[in-house]
Amino acid sequence: MSELAPALGQILVLVVLLAVSVPRLARHLARVYTSPKHLAVERVAYRALRVDPDTDQHWRSYAMSVLGFSLVGVLLLHAYGRLQQHLPLSLGSSALPADGSWSTAVSFVTNTNWQWYSGEAALGHLMQMSGLTVQNFVSAAVGMAVAAAFARGLAGTGGEERIGNFFADLVRGVVRVLLPLAFVAALVLVLIGVVQNFTGNADIRTLSDATQVLTGGPVASQEAIKELGTNGGGFYNVNSAHPFENPTPLSNILEIYLLLLIPFAMAWAFGLIVRDRRQGAAVLSVMALLLTVSVGLLTWAEMAGPGTAPELAGGAMEGKEVRFGTAGSALFGAATTATSTGAVNSMHDSLTAPGGGITMFNMMLGEVAPGGVGSGLYGMLMLAVVTVFLAGLMVGRTPEYLGKKIGQREIVLVACYVLVTPFILLTGIAVAITAGDGLAGLQESGPHGLSEALYAVTSASNNNGSAFGGLTSGTPFWNTLLGLCMLFGRFLPMVFVLALAGRFARQHHVPPGTGTLPTHRPLFVGLLTSVALVMVGLTYIPVLALGPIVESLS
Amino acid sequence: MKDLYALFRQSLAGLRLMMLFTVVLGLLYPAAVWAAGSAVSPWHARGSLVTASGERTNDPEEAVGSAIIGQLVEDPGLFQPRPSVAGAGYDLLSTYGSNLGPESPELIASIKELRTAVAEREGVDESQVPPDAVTASGSGLDPDISVEYAELQVPRVAAAQGLTVGQVQELVDDNTSGRTLGVLGEPRVNVLLLNLAVLALGD
Repeated sequence: MSELAPALGQILVLVVLLAVSVPRLARHLARVYTSPKHLAVERVAYRALRVDPDTDQHWRSYAMSVLGFSLVGVLLLHAYGRLQQHLPLSLGSSALPADGSWSTAVSFVTNTNWQWYSGEAALGHLMQMSGLTVQNFVSAAVGMAVAAAFARGLAGTGGEERIGNFFADLVRGVVRVLLPLAFVAALVLVLIGVVQNFTGNADIRTLSDATQVLTGGPVASQEAIKELGTNGGGFYNVNSAHPFENPTPLSNILEIYLLLLIPFAMAWAFGLIVRDRRQGAAVLSVMALLLTVSVGLLTWAEMAGPGTAPELAGGAMEGKEVRFGTAGSALFGAATTATSTGAVNSMHDSLTAPGGGITMFNMMLGEVAPGGVGSGLYGMLMLAVVTVFLAGLMVGRTPEYLGKKIGQREIVLVACYVLVTPFILLTGIAVAITAGDGLAGLQESGPHGLSEALYAVTSASNNNGSAFGGLTSGTPFWNTLLGLCMLFGRFLPMVFVLALAGRFARQHHVPPGTGTLPTHRPLFVGLLTSVALVMVGLTYIPVLALGPIVESLS
Repeated sequence: MKDLYALFRQSLAGLRLMMLFTVVLGLLYPAAVWAAGSAVSPWHARGSLVTASGERTNDPEEAVGSAIIGQLVEDPGLFQPRPSVAGAGYDLLSTYGSNLGPESPELIASIKELRTAVAEREGVDESQVPPDAVTASGSGLDPDISVEYAELQVPRVAAAQGLTVGQVQELVDDNTSGRTLGVLGEPRVNVLLLNLAVLALGD
């Protein structure tokens, strides 16, 4: 059972780690996404691949590159899933069913990493490494590329709707950011106890003379990028609760740090790219504020342990590991749902009722606090545009953000962005709870049953990937439904973001006038935070009321 | 039409890029981590195996378990781990948490049953049974128990092994890890290492 003082100390350690490294990484990120120079190794790759990294792409062409690249990713991974039994290191695993393979392919390409299967039973090593780990890298790099393109659009000085080169952004994100960081992180994780071997399954005679099969594998290499790229797909079924993925409190804090690092650094890098550090600081403040509140609430909920079962047991330890306790599990749970990671170190289905509600609320915020790598930043910037628009309406001036006017076309794109995810999510839950096949997957009835279904479509639509694991989602119905939620939930918003980036890039900067709302002051930070909260509230309170809220009150 | 053609051309470029990434990120990167990890800390990389005498080994044939993975304990005279719902208990091939919610009748019944059983086994009042003794861990492989749960078991283990309570308590203290840096995680007792120490002293 956790105590308050060390719980706060643990959060403080995390804050210090982030405070030291975020500005440094942000400076690097800003250079990566604005420098005209290519590294020698990158030039070799571009020549071999016959892509021109110096074409400044129109937003439409950029979007086509994103979609084309992702389409290839889905097809390749789907083929992997269907053919994995023929590959080396398959460990006797068989082909994934068609619906399951589709769900997995979409899941990893969209940076969701929803897993209907159990990794140790269903997948061979080669599928994990060269199928899933690769997508962990590139899906993260795609998110960062889109966010960088949007920032460059805002920084653009006018003229054409050109926002940069997708392939250059993608390759640089992998080569200069993700790969070096992941390698170092993976090595540190091995030193702490995360396994990395190719020995396959090994039988052990235990102390009680029984056989225990140890499941090895290239875990650390996947674990590092799983957190760093806010992917979240575990090597094993129980994800970061598994001691081979997350053996000690030290690996736990390291993994939480890794999954928050790039999203926060992207926000700071944004300020550098638009050449006004205060703008990045304002965005980062809103993210930090929202995350702090959700960490606080979730920690309180799990340490207090309300509910019949936790009170009977004397603490909310069902589904939690002794080494992490309630505080270490709550910190991980808040960080993983406030980013788009979805890795878990405790079973969220067994969280207390308010705790489960907070994790869902985090995802419903659109994962902007600080959100996924890249997707968190562009999500928050879209909300920033909504905020200046609302403020503009209040004083009767044409709203502008960073010197770019928010006209009719711009606000239509933002409105589409803001509405599309709730539309997918609420349509998804409506289908799930009216179809017999949907209800058949639920482990529990009543409000908690609804929460299981709601958590699943929320997680899929927002590309999180964590689950209320009681839901049996490995059925054709759930695989199809969640696959569609993940696909549309990732790429429709991205297209709106890129279209808006193009609009902004074309506009000339308007110098700030007397009616301009400064977007770096505490007033704006407060407004943006309220807008984020009010939008989620208005959209989702009805359905939350029927699930976690009614469960908390009962 | 023009858009479709653009999508096709971009997809071809994407395909070439994916081939390259698959080799670099999917094969070379994991291999490099494996090579470096095995050079720096092979014991960790292979799963932190320990022998019956508590020594580190990399050979599964010699090992009685992993120092970071819990296992079922048949001997009623040893320390018992937490309840586990991974397969028949502590099965790495089907890791699982119960995923039962806080109001689940099944979970409530199971907690009541386990609490009575543990209290009876240790000969204490039900109010003294700590939460980790009656709840299943998330992984189903939890290697640890709380200090409270370990201390609850000391008299039973001491009696069974012909040791004094003081001797066994000392072993519990030896195998207790505090919070890392004083704040990270929770104090805990590693059940396998503790049982190995008990058996070594008992012999």
